[in-house]
Amino acid sequence: MSATGIGASIKRVEDLRFLTGNGHYTDDINQLDQSHAWILRSPHAHAKLNSVDTSKAAAAPGVIAIFTGADMAADGVGGIPCGWQIHNKDGSPMAEPGHPALAVDKVRHVGDQVAIVIAETRDQARDAAELIAVDYAVLPAAIDMDTALSGASLVHDDAPNNRCFDWEIGDRDATEAAFAKADHVVSIDLANNRLIPNAMEPRAAISEFDRSTGRYTLHTTTQNPHVIRLLMGAFVLQIPEHKLRIVAPDVGGGFGSKIFHYAEEAILTWAAAKVHRPIKWTAERSESFMTDAHGRDHETHADLALDKDGKFLGLRVATKANVGAYLSTFGSSVPTYLYATLLAGVYATPAIYAEVQTVFTNTVPVDAYRGAGRPECTYLLERLVTKAARDLGMDPVELRQKNMIQPDQYPYQTPVALEYDCGDSPATFASALKASDYAGFEARRGAAEKNGKLRGIGISTYVEACGIAPSAVAGALGARAGLYESAQVRVHPTGSVTVYTGTHSHGQGHETTFAQLVSESFGIPADLVEVSHGDTDQVQFGMGTYGSRSLAVGGPAILKACNKVIDKAKKIAAHILEADVSDIEFADGKFTVVGTDKEMAFAEVSLAAYVPHNYPIEEIEPGLDENAFYDPLNFSFPGGAHICEVEVDPDTGHVEVIDFTAVDDVGRVVNPMIVEGQVHGGLAQGVGQAVLEGCVYDADGQLLTGSYMDYTMPRADDLPNFSVSTQGVMGASNPLEVKGVGEVGAIGSPPAVINAIIDALSPLGVTDISMPATPNKVWQAIQASSVRQAAE
Amino acid sequence: MEMSGEYKINASREKVWEALNDPEILKQSIPGCEEIDQKSPTEMSAKVTAKVGPVKAKFSGEVELTDLDPPNGYRISGEGKGGAAGFAKGGANVTLEEDGAGTLLKYEVDAQVGGKLAQLGARLIDGTAKKMAGQFFENFAAAVESGEESAAPAVDGPAAAETAPAPAAPATGTDTSATAQIGMWTWIGGAAVAAVVLYALFA
Repeated sequence: MSATGIGASIKRVEDLRFLTGNGHYTDDINQLDQSHAWILRSPHAHAKLNSVDTSKAAAAPGVIAIFTGADMAADGVGGIPCGWQIHNKDGSPMAEPGHPALAVDKVRHVGDQVAIVIAETRDQARDAAELIAVDYAVLPAAIDMDTALSGASLVHDDAPNNRCFDWEIGDRDATEAAFAKADHVVSIDLANNRLIPNAMEPRAAISEFDRSTGRYTLHTTTQNPHVIRLLMGAFVLQIPEHKLRIVAPDVGGGFGSKIFHYAEEAILTWAAAKVHRPIKWTAERSESFMTDAHGRDHETHADLALDKDGKFLGLRVATKANVGAYLSTFGSSVPTYLYATLLAGVYATPAIYAEVQTVFTNTVPVDAYRGAGRPECTYLLERLVTKAARDLGMDPVELRQKNMIQPDQYPYQTPVALEYDCGDSPATFASALKASDYAGFEARRGAAEKNGKLRGIGISTYVEACGIAPSAVAGALGARAGLYESAQVRVHPTGSVTVYTGTHSHGQGHETTFAQLVSESFGIPADLVEVSHGDTDQVQFGMGTYGSRSLAVGGPAILKACNKVIDKAKKIAAHILEADVSDIEFADGKFTVVGTDKEMAFAEVSLAAYVPHNYPIEEIEPGLDENAFYDPLNFSFPGGAHICEVEVDPDTGHVEVIDFTAVDDVGRVVNPMIVEGQVHGGLAQGVGQAVLEGCVYDADGQLLTGSYMDYTMPRADDLPNFSVSTQGVMGASNPLEVKGVGEVGAIGSPPAVINAIIDALSPLGVTDISMPATPNKVWQAIQASSVRQAAE
Repeated sequence: MEMSGEYKINASREKVWEALNDPEILKQSIPGCEEIDQKSPTEMSAKVTAKVGPVKAKFSGEVELTDLDPPNGYRISGEGKGGAAGFAKGGANVTLEEDGAGTLLKYEVDAQVGGKLAQLGARLIDGTAKKMAGQFFENFAAAVESGEESAAPAVDGPAAAETAPAPAAPATGTDTSATAQIGMWTWIGGAAVAAVVLYALFA
């Protein structure tokens, strides 16, 4: 291996600029003659727009223009599209109501866009927005899913009972038959709490229109610039690709929330051609809270059928998922194909049936957030399996081991569509049990008890599906686009390399990891490789970064392009070295003629390619610059085991996460340090979901957790020193045998934390705690516990 | 937000009732109140600058009196718009009961806030409403005192003198057992209710 190739923990090249304040984010960009936008947003969750009077505001100082939904509608601007069509049980397509960029007849959530004010300064735009007189006729809001499903108040007139779709997967009859012969049935009801993503950098955009060329440019905080170009250009504004450039410069975190095509992008781009000025908009943190797509928000009932020995016979799941007021880009796929297709988990459950109802509510749209569907699935399964062990008086370790898919069963076809290509859950589980000293837990529990603390241990064993996605599979499931990835590897004359990737890095370290792939392939140091991403004028195409796909899908595309480069370079070397191409070998950055000492360095060949004095010009073109597209054969399936230990203070209900052990199988590891960092970040978000974070709307649809006063993000002192290791099983369905690591931490960890808290409280008779397990909630559970009440 | 309370007021129901309908007294007493215009016997418009936690804004809105049953009570309701800060709407059911020589004034306030006010200040509404009501009593006591000096001495003047220095702030809020003995400033209670209501409406 190259010293900076696959497996090397080299430092992230992007950190120098990130850590020294030299990142180049959208809000850092200022264009000549730029104007500033302020978006007027609805303070009501649901209201009819009787009128929007902008006359007074238009006369305010500095105002250049004000546009409303009526203006965009008059221009024939299309609605914001959804990228994935789901079908109902009866085969009919989902309800897909319109999603105007600026509200036309109604506002449907607090924060919905009503008008854009463009002015010389941001403050002028904001002041003018206050002068817009909007006559709202407030309508009853549909906030919680049950109320919404009653249909008393319709978010969209064309979605009866506020149902988006009623979908199913699995074999209902086989599952019912499994329950009919079960010795035990264990049931659970739980909610997966709604989360607000809170990327460090708020969303921002600058739009430009060049009158002389008719060309639009939009700098925007997106995880997938080409997807935005496709969706906004083709479906919303009808701008052909050659007239539309999207640039995503440095982006300060996304976690999924910056995948989606947001209305502001379309509004700004459209308006730039109206005012003939660049327009800049940057969300305030308050706007981020109320307009970034939220995550999770499921309510689920599930039953697990077991035989007398504890073998799983069947699983039955009924989930309600909140999609918010509008269908966001992937809002329909997250609670279906990214959720219920994983209900086998790591277990060989023979029969599974799941039904998912999705519900429109007067809340901000819900879409993918780190893990997207898989955390909801893992939380359900691992809570349910732990409950089964407790209810049946079985050991939670043994119950899991007894039901796990064994290594010799791969490839394993689950009853819910997916085929796991490779894995070894028993192995990662065994390693995690050892690393966490599971066997020694009771002694630690006893020691904590002496200190007045309740200590508990919780397990989560999980598998997830990422590397999104094999295009044919995704297409068959309703995705409206293929999800392959592209790469271009341009070798420069003196042997340095620029890689253009269609994925996008917003903190993941692609500029380092992808350089390592090239370093490995060409035998050159990684610092001779520059990774370029984010600009649709530079990168031929791409589907962006989400679903832990960048290395698993984008990586093989880079590898394919590298191999094309090597194939061509071999021909050039063969010509110069006067050998047959079949006798040329390439290793360690050198082309050699087999059995001789004749060799050419990589850079010598690249120079010859661009300065073709002695070159087979009749046979091959000059240059060393190759494109490749890669479409994966299957999803990739990372998995592993997370074990958490907590201590609960019974007097205050405060939960301290004492230890957290994660053993993850992410396949081949390119940069162990980056992988560890990704797991750390995911675990922090998972612990955040479990004990701190929870979005709350009141019954009228007002966002009560709209700032950091009321929405708690995890901080360093909420987290232990994680014990993180990887244990890769090779065989993933891509040439790199990588599986994806971006989301595993957030997927596996929440049930481990909650199972640990319930274990800690179990001596008090507490059997359930919902997320987030705040001190108040835990304290209330302790007060209400049967054991405590009996004692008093 | 929901708030309820009651006051023991040493004045007739008729006097209290009148006070509930005096825009000038209300304007002088409500913290941040810039205008109250009586548009009809049952309709007022008002402008109030209020601060809830980090949100400060000028609210303007309409107030309507319904279910008028003089001198037994009414419902006061309305909606205030605070521009970028959001909105507040709600109302209060006010009842006046004879209680010996005085009047027992009971109120039940229900109010909703929206937009940035809810996003940033929802949890601060209750505390701020109590504080505002306390300020109101102080202002109102002073306003009434100067008014009373030029007026004929009230029958229960001596009783009032004993308690006048203490503003009746504790009488507001969710503590329904709280009562205020504020002597001759009987109608302060009524105006205080209106202040709480207006506060809830405009903040």
